[in-house]
Amino acid sequence: MTSAISIRDMLVTYDGFPALDHVSLDVGVGESFGIVGESGSGKSTLLRAVSGLTSFSQGTLTVNGRSYPGRRRDKEFYQTVQMVFQDPYGSLHPRQTVDRLLLEPLVIHGFDNIEGRITRALDEVGLGSGFRFRYSHQLSGGQRQRIAIARALILEPKILLLDEPTSALDASIQAEILNLLEQARRDRNLTFVMVSHDLGVISHMCERLAVMKTGKVVETMPAEALEKREFSADYTRQLLVASEGFRRG
Amino acid sequence: MTASTSPLLTVEDLRVTFPTRTGEVNAVRGVSFALGKERLGIVGESGSGKSQTGRAIMGLTPGHAKITARKLAFGDRDLLAMPKAERRALRGKRVAMILQDPKYSLNPVSTIGRQIVETLKTHEKISSAEAKSRALAMLEAVQIRDPERVFDLYPHEVSGGMGQRAMIAMMLVCGPELLIADEPTSALDVTVQLEVLSILDKLVAERGMGLIFISHDLRLVSSFCDRVIVMYAGKIVEELPSANLAAAQHPYTRGLLNCLPTIGTDRHPLPVLDRKREWAL
Ligand SMILES: Nc1ncnc2c1ncn2[C@@H]1O[C@H](COP(=O)(O)OP(=O)(O)OP(=O)(O)O)[C@@H](O)[C@H]1O
Ligand SMILES: Nc1ncnc2c1ncn2[C@@H]1O[C@H](COP(=O)(O)OP(=O)(O)OP(=O)(O)O)[C@@H](O)[C@H]1O
Ligand SMILES: [Mg+2]
Ligand SMILES: [Mg+2]
Repeated sequence: MTSAISIRDMLVTYDGFPALDHVSLDVGVGESFGIVGESGSGKSTLLRAVSGLTSFSQGTLTVNGRSYPGRRRDKEFYQTVQMVFQDPYGSLHPRQTVDRLLLEPLVIHGFDNIEGRITRALDEVGLGSGFRFRYSHQLSGGQRQRIAIARALILEPKILLLDEPTSALDASIQAEILNLLEQARRDRNLTFVMVSHDLGVISHMCERLAVMKTGKVVETMPAEALEKREFSADYTRQLLVASEGFRRG
Repeated sequence: MTASTSPLLTVEDLRVTFPTRTGEVNAVRGVSFALGKERLGIVGESGSGKSQTGRAIMGLTPGHAKITARKLAFGDRDLLAMPKAERRALRGKRVAMILQDPKYSLNPVSTIGRQIVETLKTHEKISSAEAKSRALAMLEAVQIRDPERVFDLYPHEVSGGMGQRAMIAMMLVCGPELLIADEPTSALDVTVQLEVLSILDKLVAERGMGLIFISHDLRLVSSFCDRVIVMYAGKIVEELPSANLAAAQHPYTRGLLNCLPTIGTDRHPLPVLDRKREWAL
């Protein structure tokens, strides 16, 4: 398989604390790859290291055949790779209108038909043109998250890094966004790396997944293994049991 | 003291309206409910007014918005008529809200530990050492693995789920009588999610706290709460006992139950709602 993303032995530390502890992963071109794992296990750190927002002190990273040893990423990288952040509050500037937020990346990357693209992008995430001139602080949590998704898709990247893309959305809008993402992937042969704590979402969207714990990948498996319960890590089992809902004492 | 006859919280015909460049946004359009020492779930569509309902109860609505209600009372105390200072004193001590956007609500230039300690010292007369040990105990209670390390971290240095739990710790540390939890566990992996829910559960059962649990996760809410309110376009469209979700009548609620992806089902694309104009009337 040709790799869209290849990570070898990656180490990220903060003051000696290993947030990523020698992680290796391969994601194939056109594949949809899931990452699950405990809170604080390094899932966001992994995506941030790929995007160049966090530097790694050991290991190698190859994206689309190019090696990225440091944090530097050029324009070409961001045309290939886009990320939807876990925290839409932090990633969207609160004093910018939705219009500005969508316009800016299009202008930076020299796209044409800007008007048409903005209208379509808003439409795709189920927010009509009525939202176009709102400031991001005037939106609900889920509305912000949808703007973040629209903003990543509007640049037509080849690889999408999605950090909990639907955890702020109700099931009806989640279904629409997941359908939209799947459609985009089919149409444009996109590669996805998707972090979610919802195993239902991962098994619906992904072909393979990695389970992380304390900075390490403890298990990599095909998504069907979840259904057949063919996994070895204890933590994977706990996740599966817990996803069935709350049980009182 | 609260008279035993009045519920912990009474909300009658609550309305929240924002003026914007493109006209008024009616975020909440006449919401009414009463809350006792129980777990009340609020689910609803993104943008349906769940957070703004919670914020209005807390007095955290942005200043330019218009709030009206026939009645908004904590016990028998009128929240809208109360002097600002009194309301501020209530907030954090007797009523608390875990905001949906934890990182946005935490102070970026102060460490997690210092913020919890400050909250405690604002509301209680205690020594710094005692405040610190209570803060650490609280972080541990919300299942933070390494409380000593996290105590000294700034909000941008913690993961999504850790930030959310730090916010929960801060809101619980003073032992509120009414807690509004807005998507308190949406960033948590399911195992931690359940542990946080059992903490909230205990506070309701043992201390008689009243809990409003806002979430978009119908599955979770129905397994955790006593009853559930369903919101759509700023209004309550349905109220259900949790045990009886299957009896839901409103097409939005029924649709919600049907569009969840689950392990072992293969539905591509997922069914989506056919939203009818009359739902938003
Ligand atoms: N700038 C930083 N300084 C110090 N520690 C950090 C920093 N960024 C991340 N960490 C630590 O790295 C660990 C992994 O964080 P990360 O955000 O990758 O977790 P996660 O798996 O995405 O968790 P969640 O599911 O809660 O979002 C955490 O313990 C966090 O405190
Ligand atoms: N400052 C504001 N100005 C104008 N409109 C606003 C403002 N804040 C919120 N709104 C609007 O009010 C409505 C209700 O918002 P609210 O945050 O209560 O939704 P919610 O039900 O919590 O949604 P979510 O599940 O996405 O968090 C939304 O349509 C939102 O766009
Ligand atoms: Mg994360
Ligand atoms: Mg909300």
